Order: sequence, then C-alpha cells, then structure tokens
Amino acid sequence: MTTAAADAHELSFVRKYIFSTDHKIIGIQFLLMSLVFLFVGGLLAMLVRWQQGFPNEPIPGGGVLPETMAPGGILLPEFYNSLVTMHGTFMVFFAIMPLLVGVFGNYLIPLKIGAPDMAFPRLNMWSFWIAVPAGTLMLAGFFVEGGHAAAGWTSYAPLSAVSEYSGVSAGQKIWLLSIAILGLSSILGATNYITTVVNLRAPGMTWFRLPLSIWALFITAILVLLAIPILSGAAIMLFFDQTLGTHFFDATGGGQPLLWQHLFWYFGHPEVYILILPAMGMVSDIIANGSRKPVFGYHSMVYAIIAIAFLGWIVWGHHMFQSGMNPTLGTGFMISTLLIAVPSAIKVFNWMGTMWEGNLRFHVPMLHGIAFVTMFVIGGLSGIFMASTPVDIYIHDTYFIVAHIHYVLFGGSLFAIFGAVTFWYPKMFGRLMNPFWGKVHWALTFVFFNCTFFPMHTLGVYGHMRRIYDPTQYEFLKPLMGLNKFITISALLLFASQIIFVVNFVWGWFWGAKAGNNPWEDNGLEWTLPSPPAHGNFATVPIVHHGPYEFSAPGVTEDYLPQNHPPLQVGAGKEGR
Amino acid sequence: MEWILPKGASTFAGDIDFLYYLILVITGIAFIVVEVGILWFAIRYRARPGRRARYTHGSLRAEVIWTAIPAVTVVALGIMSGGVWNDIKGRNSVPAEALPYRVMARQFEWHVTHPGPDGALDTPDDFTIRNQLHIPVGRPVVVHLGAEDVIHSFFVPAFRVKQDAVPGMHIRVWFEATEVGAFELACAELCGLGHYRMGAMVTVHEANEFSEWTVNQAAARTTATPGVTP
Repeated sequence: MTTAAADAHELSFVRKYIFSTDHKIIGIQFLLMSLVFLFVGGLLAMLVRWQQGFPNEPIPGGGVLPETMAPGGILLPEFYNSLVTMHGTFMVFFAIMPLLVGVFGNYLIPLKIGAPDMAFPRLNMWSFWIAVPAGTLMLAGFFVEGGHAAAGWTSYAPLSAVSEYSGVSAGQKIWLLSIAILGLSSILGATNYITTVVNLRAPGMTWFRLPLSIWALFITAILVLLAIPILSGAAIMLFFDQTLGTHFFDATGGGQPLLWQHLFWYFGHPEVYILILPAMGMVSDIIANGSRKPVFGYHSMVYAIIAIAFLGWIVWGHHMFQSGMNPTLGTGFMISTLLIAVPSAIKVFNWMGTMWEGNLRFHVPMLHGIAFVTMFVIGGLSGIFMASTPVDIYIHDTYFIVAHIHYVLFGGSLFAIFGAVTFWYPKMFGRLMNPFWGKVHWALTFVFFNCTFFPMHTLGVYGHMRRIYDPTQYEFLKPLMGLNKFITISALLLFASQIIFVVNFVWGWFWGAKAGNNPWEDNGLEWTLPSPPAHGNFATVPIVHHGPYEFSAPGVTEDYLPQNHPPLQVGAGKEGR
Repeated sequence: MEWILPKGASTFAGDIDFLYYLILVITGIAFIVVEVGILWFAIRYRARPGRRARYTHGSLRAEVIWTAIPAVTVVALGIMSGGVWNDIKGRNSVPAEALPYRVMARQFEWHVTHPGPDGALDTPDDFTIRNQLHIPVGRPVVVHLGAEDVIHSFFVPAFRVKQDAVPGMHIRVWFEATEVGAFELACAELCGLGHYRMGAMVTVHEANEFSEWTVNQAAARTTATPGVTP
C-alpha cells in the first residue's frame, strides 16, 4: 500500500488525471461531469417553465434556437415534449444519480473505511469512461432528425415504441441506447462499492462503526446492482420493439403496454431510493458534525435505511394506480407505500434528536443539511396524499406529483448534494469554498426553491395536468395562469442563484483559503489525512477504535474524537457505538 | 396558497375530498411539529462559547414512540382508503343499473359512443360523437374505455375521475354526476404532440331533458359513425 503513494509521482498526466484509477480523481471526474449535466437539466427546465408561464410568447434570446425547435423563439409542442422528457432524464440519470453515487460513492467509501482504493480500481476507471460516452450520446440526441426523445422520462410504451405515434424516431432509440450504456457504468460501480465495503474495511471498522454515509452508499449500491439490470433489459426489449419489429409492449402485435410500466417502475422505485438514501446518509454525517453530537439512534438509522431499501422493492405499483392494473393490487401497493412513511419518520425524528441539546454550528454544509430535513419532510408528507389510492385518482398526473418529486429530489437530494460538496470540497481540492457566498447561495436557493415548487401543490389541487404544452387550452386552468407566471419567475431566479455556486466552486479551487487536514473538526478517517490525500490514501493502515460520531464525548478536551484516536481510559466515554 | 379542492360534482367526490382533507390535517400537524421543532432547536441550541453538546446516543423509548405513532396512523389511513378505493374502482363496484357508454381515445380526440334511447350499447340506436359526452344527472354511468394507439387518460376533475385508457385493454370506469352543467374532460397522460389539446366536454342533463336530447340525436344520426370500432 505504501508503494502506491510513491508510484503516484511517476504517473503521466494522462494516467493521473484522465485515465486515472485513483478513486478520488474518478470521484472528482464524476463531479465535474454531473455538474455540467445538472446545468443542462436546469437550462431545459427554464425553457419548460417559460412556456408554462408565458405560453406562445417568444423566449427572450430564443431566436438562437433552430426552426425545428422554436421558430421565432416560440417553442413547438413537439420540442416541448422533448424538453420535459430530457429535463427528467438528465436530472435523474446524469445529474442526481452520478452526483450521489458516482461522486460520493467513489470519493468517500475508501477514505472513510480506511482503504487504499476501491477493490477494483481499473473497473472503477471504466465505470467513469463508460458514463461519458453515454452522456455524450444523450446530448447528441438533440441534433438528430425528428428531435430528441419525447415520450417522457418514463418512456411509456407504445408512445415510445412506435415512431408514428411520437413523431420521433432516432431520438427515441438514442435515448434507450444511452440508458443501456449508462446502466453498464452503474453496474460496474455498484459491484465495486459492495466488494470494497465488505472486504476492505480497516481493522476495527466494524459494521456498526461505519458512518451512515457509507451505510447508505453500501445499501444503495445493492439497490443499483439489482435494479439497473431490469431497466437495461426493459430498454433492450423496447429497442427491439422499435427496430426489429417485436411487440413486447405494443398491443397491435399482442404485446402489453402495462408490461413496460411494471418493468420500468420495478426499476424506477428502487431508483427513487438510490436518489435519496445517499443524501440521507451524508446529511446524517453533516448534521452530527454541525450539532457536535453523536447521531441520535444510530442503530435505528441503519435499520431504517435497510427497511426503506427493502420496502422500495414492493411499492412500484403506486405509480400505476390509475393505469388499469387490477385494482385489488392497488390496495396492497398502497399499504406497502404508506409503510415507508414509518422508516422515513424515524429518520426525520432522529435528525431532530441529533440537533436537540446540541451545540449547533451553522456552517454552510449544516445549513444545507437542515434545509434537506425541512424540505424532505414536505416531500415525504405530500407522498401520503398520492399513496392513498382514492386521493391519487384526483391528483395523479397533476402538478401535485411534480411538486412532490421536486421536494424530494431538489429539496431533498440536491440540498444534500450542495451540503456534501461544500463539506468534502476542502478534502478534494485542499481549499475551502467561500463561506459568505456559500450562505448567500444557500439562502437564495432556499427561498426561490420554495417559491417555485410550493405553489405547484396548489396547481395540482386544482387539477392542473403535468406535461401539457399550453395550459390556456382548458377553461378550468385559466385562473391559474397568474400562479404559473409567479412560478416561472421564481424558477428563473432560482436558476440565476446557482451562478453563485458555480463561481464559488471555481474560485475556491484556485483562490480559496487553505483547508488544512480537518477544517470541520470531524471524526472521519478522511480528515486525518492531508487535503487532498495522496494516491493510495493511507501511508499506514489506520486502526479504528471509535464509532463515527463521538462528538462532545466526556473525558475528551476537544468536542470531537477521530475514529482512529487511541482508546480512551476505561469508563470515560461510551465505546463501540 | 390554496389547499381547498374545487367543487366536486359526483357522488364519490365527497369521499375522496374527505380523505384529502383528513390527510391534509394529519400531515399538517406532522409538518408543524417537525418544522417548528427544527426552527426552535436551531435557535435554542445554537453554538455559544463555553457550551457543550449533550453526549447521548439516543433513547429506545423515543424510537418506539416515533415508530409506533406513524405506523398506527398510516395503517388506519390505509384501511380507510382501501374501502373508498374499492367502492370507486373495485372490479365489482360498477352499479348494475349504470348507463353504458363506450369511449375510444385516440391521438388526440375522444370518440364517445352513446347508448341511445334504449340505454344499451351495440344496438342500432347507438350514436358516436367526437369530444362530447352527454350524461343524465343522478344516474350512474359506466364508461367502457379503450385506446386505439397510445395510452391516454380519461380525467374529469369535477367528478374526481381519472382512468388510463390502454391499447389492448378494456377498462370500465363508473361515476354518477350530482350536478347539471358542463364539465371539462382532459387527457392526463402524455400521448404525443397534441396531448395538451386533447380536451372534451361532459354535459350533464336533467333526466327529462336527457331523454329528449337522446331521442333527437338518435333520430338525426340513424346509423353510428363509421370508423369507430370497439
């Protein structure tokens, strides 16, 4: 292991920074890639919002878009459907998922468990370099004849299967190919994470001394490994329907459109937890650090993660209550869905318990962590409405669902990502992001996020359908146009606020304050290393003596206790939690 | 922010709305407890010089309490919802005396076959109208829903009715209007580039007026519009 650190000096630039096998470099590569896609996804959302707030008015500066998308700056309905589809696709598959799993799975797992690298470093490199062509292919879809995929990010057949129905031919195929290729990347990554956590933990790093971020990433990796092959298989079947004349999902040839929905959501609901569990884990780390207190109910938090992951497999039908699926199944899926509220509530109350009687430091990651909890609660509670099958009859496929998913994936996952990036940035780059501008970015994002997405509940309560190009087509939606305009303006301001984050991120890289080893006074093994750590991570294998959250332990002068700190005197502090 | 549902106009709108408001109250309480709690903790326990956090790893009693309360609440909610769901969408919920209609959805219009004066489908007095559904007030109707091309969704907000129309499937959806008037019908499932304008109108007539209207329509269209097959 020690020779790996020495080897680092001999690697060429290409081997060190481009085709790197160092998990830390790969994590940073994923970070830069997925932030680009986060920006792309956001940009598409702005176009969508413009059309909703100001239907049939030209977009300012929209003249640059080609005739096939927006003649005279006014969006075409077919391009609008592509925008909606690709916003969801980029955000789910190329932004949030790689940000959580690709970035922090890679960066944190070996460092936090005391390993020199991933179990399969070369596989890890491939995982990134397979994701890049998948993303490039997905972007290329905008420039093919007939436009990009336009059947929604859920790609429901037969709209997605038969090009005469959607008016899109090449775009729909490119979408499937890209998803299948990206799936390979995810499977390679997940295999690596699972093997690494099981086999490469440092001496003393027992399962119940693992930080919750690692628990969450480990369970997530299992979900990825089991769920992604189902999506890939379904995508290949749909691709055959499009190209080889099979009829898996097309009723005209004896196929069954609902089969696609079952396969998609059998992947899709575990996917939802892939997109939130790592966020929950990292927020647990951050809130304990900011509260200077051990995580309240660490064991319950672990069991809650496992329970959510397990229940995640038996709830997929709640996306299909109104689909024509047997209504008796609906009742079963409703009960399992409602039960997910229980482990979710356990997590929320334990985060509150962690803050209770703490000594709260409101650093930028902590602010994002608190934002995560307060916003995730709204997303979780709004989920109860649609879990109740009769209420879902009314709010299914309305903006209520749009509000819900954005409270979970933006209010939840993305706030956690902002917090986690700020938290581990100094370890990645050796410098801190500017805390003042970090707080400004947090405050503006928090305000405009709520102004954008909270009123969408109201739209849904009035029955406003999602994915419609022009809401003024319906009389009952006309009174909602004022609200739609308000949402659009808020969304534009929300997008503009992200410029602060981009500038802060780039500025910090070159001119941020030097971080030192442990700027947040945390207990994790990564903070015992220099920032950034060398290739191979640990010069000597660390021995772990404590749980991850021994903050403010009695008998310790500081209010933190690194995991590899030698054991305390007997009777001082509670060990082995 | 408005949380009040628009006025319902079907027999089961009240049941759905009741569940909605019940969940609104329950989640509202949870929302206030959590948000106020976090805000209070953030102020009360902010870092100050000389303070030290309380060193604790949790409390089993607290865990049991906040596991049990949500569990009991959601199971109760599930049981209540299950009953209403069965009454509305259960396979045996369609009232026997319901007046039958056939609705064929296709890009981007609704073809509505009315049963005609005899009140039965697949008889010579049936007639089909595009994007219009005429029903009597105070009498259950059942729509035999199908789709020719892609998946659509039959959504009448005022009746709290939503049901996907799936190619290759025959799905029955029933409701009973409680008010006379015109109500909008919308497609709620992305079905292609004209999805946003796939709207139709549901007209609810008084019983007498409905019979009269049906007889006149059937007389005016002695045969069903060709090209629309079940």
